[in-house]
Amino acid sequence: MSRRQDLQKTEGGDRAGRTRRGPNVKEHRPGPQGLIGTGEKAKDFKGSFKRLVHTLHPERTLIIVVILLTVVSVGCQIGAPKIMAQATDDIFEGAMSRQIDGYAGDDWTKEQVVAQLEAAGETDQAKMLAEMDLRPGEGVNFAAVNKILLIVIAVYLLSALLGWLQGYLMAGIVQRTVYKLRRDVDRKIARLPLSYFDKHARGDILSRLTNDIDNIQQTMQQVLMEIVRSILTLVGTLGMMFWISPLLALISLIVVPVSAAVAVVIAKRAQKYFSRQWDRTGDLNGHVEEMFTGHNIVKIFGRQREATAVFDEHNEGLYDASFRAQFISGIIMPATMFVSNLNFVAVCVLGGLRVANGTMSLGDVTAFIQYVQQFGMPISQVASVANVLQSAVASAERVFEVLDETEESADPARPVDLKESEGHIVFDNVSFRYVPDTPLIENLNLEVQPGQTVAIVGPTGAGKTTLVNLLMRFYEIDEGTITIDGVDTRAMSRDGLRRLFGMVLQDTWLFAGTLRENIAYGREDATEDEIRAAAEAAHADHFVRALPDGYDTKVEDDSTNISQGERQLLTIARAFLADPQILILDEATSSVDTRTEVLIQRAMAKLLTDRTSFVIAHRLSTIRDADVILVMNEGAIVEQGTHHELLCAGGFYYDLYNAQFAEALDEAC
Amino acid sequence: MMQLLGTQLKPYWKSITAIFFLVLVRAVTNLYLPTLNADIINDGVATGDTGYIWTVGGYMLLVTLLQIICTIIAAYLGAKVAMGFGRDVRAALFRKVESFSQGEINHFGTPSLITRGTNDVQQIQMVVAIGLSMMLFAPMTLIGGIIMALRQDIPLSVTLVVILPVMLAALGVILWRALPLFRSMQKKIDRLNQVMRESLSGVRVIRAFARTDYEARRFEEANQDLTQVGLRVMRLFAIMFPALFWIMNISTVAIMWYGAIRVDSLEMPIGNLTAFIMYVMHILFSVMMASMLASFVPRAAASAARIQEVLEVEPFIGDPADPVQVPPLEGARKGVVQFDNVEFRYPGAEAPVLTGISFTARPGETTAIIGSTGSGKSTLISLIPRLYDVTSGSVTIDGVDVRDMDRAQLWRHIGFVPQKAFLFSGTVASNLRYGDEEATDEELWRALEIAQGRDFVEAMPDRLEEPIMQGGANVSGGQRQRLAIARALVKKAEVYVLDDSLSALDFKTDSQLRAALKREVADATVFVVAQRVSSIMHAEQIIVLDEGTIAGLGTHEELLKTCKTYQEIVYSQLSAEEAA
Repeated sequence: MSRRQDLQKTEGGDRAGRTRRGPNVKEHRPGPQGLIGTGEKAKDFKGSFKRLVHTLHPERTLIIVVILLTVVSVGCQIGAPKIMAQATDDIFEGAMSRQIDGYAGDDWTKEQVVAQLEAAGETDQAKMLAEMDLRPGEGVNFAAVNKILLIVIAVYLLSALLGWLQGYLMAGIVQRTVYKLRRDVDRKIARLPLSYFDKHARGDILSRLTNDIDNIQQTMQQVLMEIVRSILTLVGTLGMMFWISPLLALISLIVVPVSAAVAVVIAKRAQKYFSRQWDRTGDLNGHVEEMFTGHNIVKIFGRQREATAVFDEHNEGLYDASFRAQFISGIIMPATMFVSNLNFVAVCVLGGLRVANGTMSLGDVTAFIQYVQQFGMPISQVASVANVLQSAVASAERVFEVLDETEESADPARPVDLKESEGHIVFDNVSFRYVPDTPLIENLNLEVQPGQTVAIVGPTGAGKTTLVNLLMRFYEIDEGTITIDGVDTRAMSRDGLRRLFGMVLQDTWLFAGTLRENIAYGREDATEDEIRAAAEAAHADHFVRALPDGYDTKVEDDSTNISQGERQLLTIARAFLADPQILILDEATSSVDTRTEVLIQRAMAKLLTDRTSFVIAHRLSTIRDADVILVMNEGAIVEQGTHHELLCAGGFYYDLYNAQFAEALDEAC
Repeated sequence: MMQLLGTQLKPYWKSITAIFFLVLVRAVTNLYLPTLNADIINDGVATGDTGYIWTVGGYMLLVTLLQIICTIIAAYLGAKVAMGFGRDVRAALFRKVESFSQGEINHFGTPSLITRGTNDVQQIQMVVAIGLSMMLFAPMTLIGGIIMALRQDIPLSVTLVVILPVMLAALGVILWRALPLFRSMQKKIDRLNQVMRESLSGVRVIRAFARTDYEARRFEEANQDLTQVGLRVMRLFAIMFPALFWIMNISTVAIMWYGAIRVDSLEMPIGNLTAFIMYVMHILFSVMMASMLASFVPRAAASAARIQEVLEVEPFIGDPADPVQVPPLEGARKGVVQFDNVEFRYPGAEAPVLTGISFTARPGETTAIIGSTGSGKSTLISLIPRLYDVTSGSVTIDGVDVRDMDRAQLWRHIGFVPQKAFLFSGTVASNLRYGDEEATDEELWRALEIAQGRDFVEAMPDRLEEPIMQGGANVSGGQRQRLAIARALVKKAEVYVLDDSLSALDFKTDSQLRAALKREVADATVFVVAQRVSSIMHAEQIIVLDEGTIAGLGTHEELLKTCKTYQEIVYSQLSAEEAA
């Protein structure tokens, strides 16, 4: 199961997504664990990668600056140990000078000491001393040492400052790029046709816009900031090592790929267990979610024992997988450390021997050891790039997919702007199908006079909203025309068209903001008085003022402070405020208590007065006096007429009505 | 956190002791290598004794081997303990929650319980895993490193008195600035996601009101906010690493400088100087590591507290010590449910939800319950399967108090259809068989027929074997409700409880379903909670609830005449018709 599927399952997706990531690499990325990617693969790695790189194009000048800064900064960082080696040598020489003082005469020269040592058979030591700049009796040359140390401080300081500047600039580059990407996606979303949202799971779209872009950002941050640095460090360090001692450098060069290989081999194995761990985490979390949500059912249907048994099985499975994953990934670091320790030992011993016979200075050996240690870190980072990049490119691909979706057709260049509409609507020979091969609405003709009410009825899933979708151009008709006051809806801009409408939907959408802002959503420039008047007309004023914060009450995410019925009243107030010429009501009050329902009914009735309106009716009693009733079944309009006509026809509507009001029928016809 | 760790890690104390020991060895060996290197320089290089160099090199190899062995064993045990710990906590939580009644579930909320059982456990399990490896390693390296440094040269160790506080202060300042930034970053991310989520879920409304531009501005604002904070976080990081490394590098320079004086005065061999520098590096690295890892702890502690909170709850509904044995179905048992002066209040609540509820529901009859939201309808029927226990009065089935029965036995006789029709992942058949695994296909079809679900199940490609996604996400609300009703019917109970279970059905299906139910389960006691008058007007007995009390009890006709609340409800729903 991929991460995305998991996200689709839970609305909003955050929970599952985060759970997934819990033990994941992202938490402690720098380091060998970074080798273990999420295992997602891009479909077209090369293409998407190029495109991702291209998003950085506007920043190219800065990127070059950053690279230059990095080069200098890394250069300083690498050069410093070599400079420091001189200090070590000076100290060592000073120490040796004092040491030989012990067994040499006061005013002996270096040559005399070497000669004596050779005579004594200590040829190695003699060779070493011969290579050194000894001044017997003098001790450490502090002036020289201090000068070197000051230089080292300056070099390190420069490196740190440049490193900081580089990071500072890089932050801007990454943040600006990701900001633009997010903005592009948001703009794109606004231009996508509604069919896109109906076809794609909301959780999936959301995850592309949030998780995937996050992933891209993290990778850019990491790859751009660390990897350039790592590669430069790697190359520079290697160069220094060869310069100091080609032999030791060769040994290290063998060790490094071995340690990288060890890390990669282990990581490959761990990868398997990690993906198993993620799968099983998904299974377990799914089961827990299901059992907790269906708690009462599990109990009353007597299935607790089974539920626990299944849980234990999943739990044990997860334990097994995560134990293996944890263990194997846990030994990557020690394993690479082991290899680098072997290298350390080799350098100590061989370096020691070479110092002893004078072919290398002690300072160079200590510098070399430092380089060896510096060498290990970038290796694992560079090795991790492949995986990190893979996951980032897969994410980028998913984002690009959204950016590449077909957009709505453009609005006409010179749209007709109906400022005022009478609400005269004509459907002329309209045909529409969601799926090309499945006819849905065929040759529909309908004329709605200004002020008339059109009711749309039918069983659940009959496609009652399709007409509304066409009218408001959420979907485009395939044939025929829809005109408002004689103007083809396609000759208007979408926003201009939609401004003519007011809508109260079954789905009572409120956004996180105050109640005032939510009502004012109907009209941007509404005054406080207008907002209150609209709330009053919608019978919402009373309950709003009863809330502790009144109109300033915040709508919470899963608003428990406002009931379903009250939400409906707010959306009605919104429509009142918008004061549209044409109204669309999706009347759904099944989960509303009876008292609020009375209010909603009254408010809706008030809203209908003198407006052309379309009412999607669930309760037949409310639409008896509609001017036209469209009866829909299985996506098509099966009957059309007034209440009386339809009842007398004894068709589908008759059946529907019959089921609802068995007694009332006798008097109808 | 300590309490949770204390109880749940107890079974692993042997492994943990072993890990302590192994990590100690690992830290010591790691520090011993520079010491050996110092020996090579002092006694091998400076005296030109190549044989000695080879010998010490051999020791170093052995030490390295010992170290890797200890590390691998420690990693093995650590993984076992940490993951075992996670498993145990999950199991304890799951069993605890399974023992909860509705009251305790409500107290926490289902989503919160799920998060506690999954995310929170993972959070703390990760800290245990890290704790058993790196967090143990760091302080041991710190202490060991200081001891070793002192052994090399005491006066030189004085430098540590300066270096360590400087490093800690730098880390402290950075973390102190970073933590609030992280929190603010998280908030901005949440905000951006919220705006995004809203503009996706409200896409129809936004376009209908032609407010796309407004949404774009809202997003723009959130996006800019996030970018700003993101910049500050990244810039802090940009300064952090150069600064920390600079401190480390400067420390080496300082040690070199002071070390040179010590070496020059022949009070310290030069090998000790290189060893000393390496110790300081190890110490500083371990301090850095530890403080980074320590930033995980507050989050884990919060998680642990949330878990512990659940584990500490004692469920207040349990089975009686000596349950009354209910006679089998074929005996006197019929399913007469009697409420006798029932009062119920939530624990700690001032006002009761229900008071003075008395009525009798008889087999073969439908008892309907109607009333406005919050009048206590769902609570009332929850008392029958003991999702809650009455606070006074009693609920009896065939004369036996439900509290005196074994709950498993009680539940066997109740067919329950919850307000939110919840389906389990599996197939249509596995869901229908949830209450009776032995049910035949014919029985399933029959239940579906009564529940008006036969048609759509037959239309599914795999019919009874059609897969059902978690929560029933792949079937419509109305289908879900019908499947949930069929599931209850398959169980063949004497008492059926339908908690507003027909709300998503259109009127035609609703009325067909009710007619079929009447016909087919003629001898069961049926409870129906509903909002629509039309769904319940034919019930033998209608209970009108108003603010937790019975406002009226009788048939539709009786109530229309006598009960004002009922009249209100009826007229409210038929108002448009009346107005016509």
